[in-house]
Amino acid sequence: MSRLLSQRWGGAVFLLLLLAIAIGVPYCNQVLAPDHPYYISTYTVTLIGKYLCYALLALSIDLIWGFCGILSLGHGAFFALGGYAMGMYLMRQIGPRGVYGNPDLPDFMVFLNWQELPWYWLGFEHFWFAMLMVALVPGLLAFVFGWLAFRSRVTGVYLSIITQALTYALMLAFFRNEMGFGGNNGLTDFKDILGFNLQADSTRIGLFIASALALALAYLACSMIIRSRFGRVIMAIRDAESRARFVGYRVEAYKLWLFTFSAILAGVAGALYVPQVGIINPGEFAPLNSIEAVVWVAVGGRGTLYGAAFGAILVNYAKTFFTAALPELWLFALGALFVLVTLLLPRGLVGLWRRPARSAP
Amino acid sequence: MIDQGLIDRNRQFGLLAKTDDAAGPVERFRQNIIARDRVFSFLPEQPVFSEQLDISHKTILYVEGVSVSFDGFKALNELNLYVDDGELRCIIGPNGAGKTTMMDVITGKTRPDQGMAYFGQKLNLLELSETEIAQSGIGRKFQKPTVFENLTVFENLELSMAGYKNVWTDLRARLSGTQRDRIDEILNLIDLPEQHRQRAGALSHGQKQWLEIGMLLMQNPRLLLVDEPVAGMTAAETERTAELLISLAGQHSVVVVEHDMEFVRSIARKVTVLHEGRVLAEGNMDDIQNNAKVVEVYLGE
Repeated sequence: MSRLLSQRWGGAVFLLLLLAIAIGVPYCNQVLAPDHPYYISTYTVTLIGKYLCYALLALSIDLIWGFCGILSLGHGAFFALGGYAMGMYLMRQIGPRGVYGNPDLPDFMVFLNWQELPWYWLGFEHFWFAMLMVALVPGLLAFVFGWLAFRSRVTGVYLSIITQALTYALMLAFFRNEMGFGGNNGLTDFKDILGFNLQADSTRIGLFIASALALALAYLACSMIIRSRFGRVIMAIRDAESRARFVGYRVEAYKLWLFTFSAILAGVAGALYVPQVGIINPGEFAPLNSIEAVVWVAVGGRGTLYGAAFGAILVNYAKTFFTAALPELWLFALGALFVLVTLLLPRGLVGLWRRPARSAP
Repeated sequence: MIDQGLIDRNRQFGLLAKTDDAAGPVERFRQNIIARDRVFSFLPEQPVFSEQLDISHKTILYVEGVSVSFDGFKALNELNLYVDDGELRCIIGPNGAGKTTMMDVITGKTRPDQGMAYFGQKLNLLELSETEIAQSGIGRKFQKPTVFENLTVFENLELSMAGYKNVWTDLRARLSGTQRDRIDEILNLIDLPEQHRQRAGALSHGQKQWLEIGMLLMQNPRLLLVDEPVAGMTAAETERTAELLISLAGQHSVVVVEHDMEFVRSIARKVTVLHEGRVLAEGNMDDIQNNAKVVEVYLGE
């Protein structure tokens, strides 16, 4: 099973690199002196942590797109919902340190003359509750959405359009002040997480390591799913959905659980992202974000899992570089990248050295 | 995390063992898991089918007064078809006679405008989904060979194996020795033992046809619907397919749709001729060939 081996090799390389980053980056930041050539600034640590969150989002997209042919152009919605759940916890942690000094209400609610917390904010002062919501809210939305879509056998480009509509609708909703999520400005001015100051280097390092750990665990979980019979059924559905039905598989159920799991991964990615960038606003729901995430997967190579993660990190590194060096060129570069990869590297960058295998045709 | 509804439905179809209803759901589930191997024996002479399947009247498939129209075109026009248990039936007819539509109705892919379709006396096919129909014991081979292209030949057979198919069990499923042997047996039967690690998409057309037949055998249904099994096969392969289908009849019921008249002549006991969505004639091959109406619309061409 040489192709299985190559999947495991790629995965092993990926996990080793991740381990090296998880140990090396904090080391270079904490132990080395600032004038050392290998010193990494805290800013860069947070930046890499952000990339790792994007990689987790890309992984969740690859799981459904690369292995089940479900092209979601709305995965940014699940990412943002996870981010909002975390943001609500961080808002509640501010307490009386806000501009208006109200111990219960976040600043934007005081500003709107609200007298008490809306019911859906209750419980978010507890970390465990917020973490539960990080998984539950995207998971539940994906479950309901998927149940309706897959049961009605919405597939292909139609499903992509509906997911796009989903994230767009959520964006419009979250822009409204009356929703109680800070409207246009979103949630920001976070102070601390679990009692640790968010501005402190050590907290940044902690979040960075948590992101690397989450990515590694998610990778392992995804590859376990792919290697199980469930994973083979998923690929069978991608290749010949009606055949799978006539063999006796309840296709909807398989798609639904995979989609829900993928949405939860995206939610976790969002939750780790928010404390590192310090803000979550409705812009995260923008359809363009979801499309960009799909581009990462395509560039890295879909149907490989680690390829998607590499793609996310690589494209975002390029984005950071270009938007700083040649800001006006970035969108052209992104467009060109997508066109070139689609034309010349249909199997992504990973396809350059990986033999044709079980990835999508 | 146990889908009780699915278990109940499967038990209703007899796909899970009958268990002590007084026991709690977890205990019942455990019993089902333990009992699975016993229920899903992989012996080829014991097809997997629903316990509800009642064939006491010797007829396994009833299709009565079925009409299907697409945009005004009547693909099926009050079609009546009865297939006996253990029968090998060939269905012939010119293009557009409704052969494939008929299979679509039986397997739940297309819902007819009117009429009824029963599997045995009790199972109303028009009320079941494709999956439920497949699980109740009807297997289908498509006209265009349809296999899971990016999986290996072995995996194609593995996934087609009869058994309890559910998200949670499939996450943890491991192949047992008996199951492996069964797959090897089928691999030899369909003459693809060397290719078992190969991607199914890389097989030749004829090999894909064989693989799909192999998948049908793994599924081991009580009723097999086989759409153009020998298209793209060499003469030797065609002959082997004929032998295989003949050997399946008896324990299984087989309905074959085929254009290749030589092939039909070589296997057919009873032939049904479809024309314009209804049965034109039925009988043995000689009767059919001497039937004036049939000669006019089909053989005479």
